Amino acid sequence: MTEREKPNGLALSHMWVAMITFLVAAFLGLYQVLERAEYIPAWAEGYYTSVTAHGVIMAYVLTTFFIVGFGYYCASSSLKRPIWSPGLAWGGFLMMLVGVLLVVYAIVTGQGTVLYTFYPPLTAHWTFYVGAALLVVGSIAWIIIMIVMPIRWKRENPGQPLPLIMFTTTANALLWGWTLVGVALEVVFQLIPLSVGWIDSVDVGLAKTLFAWTLHPIVYFWLIPAYQAFYMLVPRVAGGRLFSDEMARVAFIMLLVFSLPIGMHHLYVDPFQAAGWKLFHAFGTFMVAVPTLITGFTVLAGLELAGRLRGGKGLFGWIRTLPWDEPMLVATALALLMLTAGGFGGMINASYGMNTMVHNTMWVPAHFHLIFAGTTIIMYFAIAYHLWPKMTGRELFSKSLAVKQLWVWFIGMLILTIPWHYVGLLGMPRRTALMPYDPVYVDPWKSTLFAMAIGGVVLAVSAVMLIYNLVMTQVNRAREADRELKFAEPIHPVLSLPAPLNGFTLWNSIILIYMIAGWGYPIAQFFVMNTQNALPWGW
Amino acid sequence: MHIDPLERTWVVVVGLLTAMMLGVIFYTAWSGDIHPPSNVEVIDSTRLHLTEEFAEDNLGARTQPDGSVRVAMVATRYGFYPQHIEVPVDTPITFRFATPDSLHGLHIPGTNVDTMVIPGFVSEVNTVLQNTGTFPMYCNEYCGLGHHDMWSRVTITPKQG
Repeated sequence: MTEREKPNGLALSHMWVAMITFLVAAFLGLYQVLERAEYIPAWAEGYYTSVTAHGVIMAYVLTTFFIVGFGYYCASSSLKRPIWSPGLAWGGFLMMLVGVLLVVYAIVTGQGTVLYTFYPPLTAHWTFYVGAALLVVGSIAWIIIMIVMPIRWKRENPGQPLPLIMFTTTANALLWGWTLVGVALEVVFQLIPLSVGWIDSVDVGLAKTLFAWTLHPIVYFWLIPAYQAFYMLVPRVAGGRLFSDEMARVAFIMLLVFSLPIGMHHLYVDPFQAAGWKLFHAFGTFMVAVPTLITGFTVLAGLELAGRLRGGKGLFGWIRTLPWDEPMLVATALALLMLTAGGFGGMINASYGMNTMVHNTMWVPAHFHLIFAGTTIIMYFAIAYHLWPKMTGRELFSKSLAVKQLWVWFIGMLILTIPWHYVGLLGMPRRTALMPYDPVYVDPWKSTLFAMAIGGVVLAVSAVMLIYNLVMTQVNRAREADRELKFAEPIHPVLSLPAPLNGFTLWNSIILIYMIAGWGYPIAQFFVMNTQNALPWGW
Repeated sequence: MHIDPLERTWVVVVGLLTAMMLGVIFYTAWSGDIHPPSNVEVIDSTRLHLTEEFAEDNLGARTQPDGSVRVAMVATRYGFYPQHIEVPVDTPITFRFATPDSLHGLHIPGTNVDTMVIPGFVSEVNTVLQNTGTFPMYCNEYCGLGHHDMWSRVTITPKQG
């Protein structure tokens, strides 16, 4: 395949949107910690608007654009063919971009200060919801392409195992397809009609339930590229092998199936769902720990193998011989540390009863900044450093700057989240611009605000280092010699696979049944109970 | 399909670990009746003042004939009403909340009193408070630009007699 046939421009366009918006959102985050730490004048409207923009960009814009771009590049590289229907792909990109511009318009003009959770009866300007809908609809083009490409490949290569990277990318596309249905129903049937004025009231319980459908599996949609890098890019960079191709498939399938009907753990303390359903979803929530722990084993085993092949001896000697000047390896080690700590916190949030002690305290942003802004995003950085030279044909501007940037991000994230966990346990609420409560409670919280501000500054510095390096790579004169994206080979080559490990027909059927079991009645109840709608409210 | 023996062992360990954690949660839910607050009870948010329970004169803490305490509160932008309540320590308490406007949440730090308050539904928390003193009860779900100003005080008094 020639460079012209590769989706270089397509993937790069998606990823630049992700990176530029990320830089903006990182500075919004800095503004928020400074405001909360009382180093700059308190301004509630500014703070809540900033939280809205920070959340929308980091959670929806950065992730969706990055994942879509990465998916196109992996599909084309692994199947060794151009993207199927580039017109559809570019159409999806433009639709997503228009969606982002509409959302930005609503937020910047002060007509969308509703945070990034789609919870009526707070109702933003219609451009906020139409923009969000376009972002989602545009990404459906990617889902279609990620399903069509492997089907066509399998038709031409009957009986052959689908390359693991394509298998897992399609798993993520399917996960996203199942995930987005909840929020799509909410936006199309409730929020857009409400914001335009076609309906004058809304069932808040139904809206929150539909949003919860999306709310948790979306997190695994964001996380999967990080896992793909763990399995298929890291062992390659480290000079080792993938420990097991088959177990990797099993882990991704478990992630796909178990992560879907678990969103009700976001409704643990909501009144309108009965406790039994919450327990049902608690079950799935814990089951997701299984593929995560399997991944931890496989990644560490792959790294140990690499270390020993490089001459490492003894119980821990192999760690020293790993190539610690490689951004991908450094990011993985730091990501695993943050995943372990963040995963531990997540088990506490997931604990059906214990969660009430920490719900909506600073403990929660501490948890998801470790898992998402830590684990997931640091792997996005590493993927960016890995792909930019391949996409642009220019050498990475500075590998050592990249490694430093990853360390700075890690340190900043620890400075930010360790105090947040602590004040969360002391009861400090999240999402508040000011803390006017009695000093006897607020004073212990305030002892950590200094660290929070430092953490924000460190993270903003890291974000600038990243973007500087990528821009300088883009304009670098030195040509990149190796433009082929290669993936780790398993220790035992896979010659044939049972159908369930090479396709998703069975798993889609199981998901359908599991989703109906997990969400059927909890959604249907709003149509059989005599629920009362609420009127829309501004802010 | 090839699975390494070491990997197989690890999968078993992970399975046991997960089963143990789920076992604890299911067992305590069943044996100790430990659940997060759930209360599927609808109410017309636009007519709270016309209901008996959430009419202004009936809000606050009331001791029931069996010695337990029942608290009715309205969560509204931006405050919990009544603004200050007193409840006894070591006594079964049922908190009930409703809102006429936006989505709210509430938390009394250091306790398990934590629930969302959703227009159209009545939230209920059953608890026994264990420490005396005055605590904040603050809104913990963004409800508008005055969200941070939405709080009241709960005084937990020593048990009388």
